Amino acid sequence: MSGKTLYEKLWENHVVVAPEGEPTLLYIDLHLVHEVTSPQAFDGLRLNDRRVRRPDLTLATADHNVPTDPLATPIEDPISKRQLEALDENCKEFGITVFPRGHENQGIVHVIGPELGVTQPGMTIVCGDSHTSTHGALGSLAFGIGTSEVEHVLATQTLPQQKAKTMSVSVEGTPAPDVSAKDIVLAIVGRLGTGGGAGYVIEYRGEAIRALSMEGRMTVCNMSIEAGARAGLVAVDETTIDYLRGRPGVPQGDEFDDAAERWRSFVSDDDASFDLEIVLDATELVPFVTWGTNPAQVVPLSGIVPSPDDVHDSDEKNTVQRALEYMDLTPGTPLRSIPVDVVFIGSCTNSRIEDLRAAASVVKGSRVSEGVRALVVPGSRRVKTQAESEGLDQVFLDAGFEWREPGCSMCLGMNPDILTPGQRCASTSNRNFEGRQGRGGRTHLVSPVVAAATAIMGRFASPEEVVA
Amino acid sequence: MKPVHVLEGRGVPLERSDVDTDQIIPSDWLKRVERTGFGRGLFSEWRDDTTFVLNQPQYAGASILLAGPRFGTGSSREHAVWALMDYGFEAVIAPSFGDIFRNNSSKQGLVTVQLSVKDVEDLNEMVKEDPSRLLVVDVERLSVEVPDAGWHRAFVLDPMTRERLLGGWDDIGISLRREDAITRYEATSVAPSLVGVFDGEGHAR
Repeated sequence: MSGKTLYEKLWENHVVVAPEGEPTLLYIDLHLVHEVTSPQAFDGLRLNDRRVRRPDLTLATADHNVPTDPLATPIEDPISKRQLEALDENCKEFGITVFPRGHENQGIVHVIGPELGVTQPGMTIVCGDSHTSTHGALGSLAFGIGTSEVEHVLATQTLPQQKAKTMSVSVEGTPAPDVSAKDIVLAIVGRLGTGGGAGYVIEYRGEAIRALSMEGRMTVCNMSIEAGARAGLVAVDETTIDYLRGRPGVPQGDEFDDAAERWRSFVSDDDASFDLEIVLDATELVPFVTWGTNPAQVVPLSGIVPSPDDVHDSDEKNTVQRALEYMDLTPGTPLRSIPVDVVFIGSCTNSRIEDLRAAASVVKGSRVSEGVRALVVPGSRRVKTQAESEGLDQVFLDAGFEWREPGCSMCLGMNPDILTPGQRCASTSNRNFEGRQGRGGRTHLVSPVVAAATAIMGRFASPEEVVA
Repeated sequence: MKPVHVLEGRGVPLERSDVDTDQIIPSDWLKRVERTGFGRGLFSEWRDDTTFVLNQPQYAGASILLAGPRFGTGSSREHAVWALMDYGFEAVIAPSFGDIFRNNSSKQGLVTVQLSVKDVEDLNEMVKEDPSRLLVVDVERLSVEVPDAGWHRAFVLDPMTRERLLGGWDDIGISLRREDAITRYEATSVAPSLVGVFDGEGHAR
């Protein structure tokens, strides 16, 4: 008999009941809640006179629509303000811990879970947000759900689920030093396409994944959904254990060692088999930039804007043509010659301390190119405080970046940080959909170091082009 | 949710692939705390364009959306489903769907029908030829028909989703019937309670 994959172990540990011919009822260990996808769920509970079954396994934070202006600035948009108030009121009514704007633990939901140590190996974690896949970097089964499911988890602490297929994506070998975790995942999404992961849970494996920090692994797992997969996983190793040690949510002392021993079992068995296995050669990877309007439309930073003639299928030709028109790009243009208006460093993909350190090391001693607006938005208050203690805020401010309060910010255009129509942005976020960062805005996804270099050069650039 | 058996209505051909949920309902609309009124935001970035298919008078009142491959990928926002239903759509027919979108649809009673690329193209052509044509989506028999063209195709829906649509069942009610099993599971669960981690103000203890 062959061994089990990590996914199968996580699944089996959480089966409440598996009735014949019905979806399995899966137990949820941690439910993360934010202001956008929860108000209608809480309303549903009230309408049906239902309670939250396990408020002690539920944690809420304000992130999507909080302004990233200084905290003293009032929230101008009355609809956003109402939604943030609703989160506080709902959490109070149902007994849920909440981190509102300004709280010491507030931040993007997928940044605070791991940094507080409440995301732990072996858990099932859900949130009404598709980037919940991020938490899989710690060896937990984590996926995004809709508002009806948020209500379901609030009421029952379970979810009816169909078992997914398993996919192994192995990144073998050692990438060049200028290749970051973001480049690895852009390469994977480019290879799989936006639908290639549908129906699968992806386990990221191989030397290049093992060599990543936890922050890097989170960046990779974060974008699983951009390839259509609801969840991404990385097996537990000593990097995972070292990251968790001492965090507020984990046991301390001997109890931590006991927990760590249990966590080490959350790996795929050597003889486990996957439904689909994909291998990427890390030595072939380079820094990447998206050129189009979905995250699979990826080219090397050293490359050119593609042409509809590069593809044969007529539907595909139309898709490329539409994307080129929206992005206002001409086939054959070198990426390095394309000027940008805005640079955004932040989001649940790339706003952790390591991302900010990497970006700061590029901009140190340089100035943001004239006419470019450049923003750095730490993923959480803890990240912000840590960065400030290292003097990173001053590096960014001296270079002409804005240093803002934590939140989702310019990733998704539902707070005051938005692009104006026609603006072109180099962004460390995860989606380059039409209008994602603001109506008519044009988004190019890049790594933190490419974003930093691009801000200095005023066009897409790599760090070695920046001469302080 | 209301039970769904047989849907009869006119179709509208979207003819775009990779329509993510940000396109279905832009994030500016997600600030609202209500569940209704999202129809006005449906495809709102495209609706300023007078030639956009939903603005064409021959398709007014259509209740079946004919979409391209990978419809509803991206963000988990259930608002996308609310917007489609509030606008008046009862079913979406496409070659493939985003997983979370499809799941969200089943919770609200929006029927998602997966047909081949060729079948969807054929439907597009039939509807463009005569926009007044009736399409029939039958959840009981799992078929799509265009009666006046003598065209019909079977589709697949997982048995539980089909039963829930037909019965109009509330998932939560069904799961709560398993409360004893949930309680038994919890007795052995190692999920760490957050009560020991944060105090009443959310500060780490």
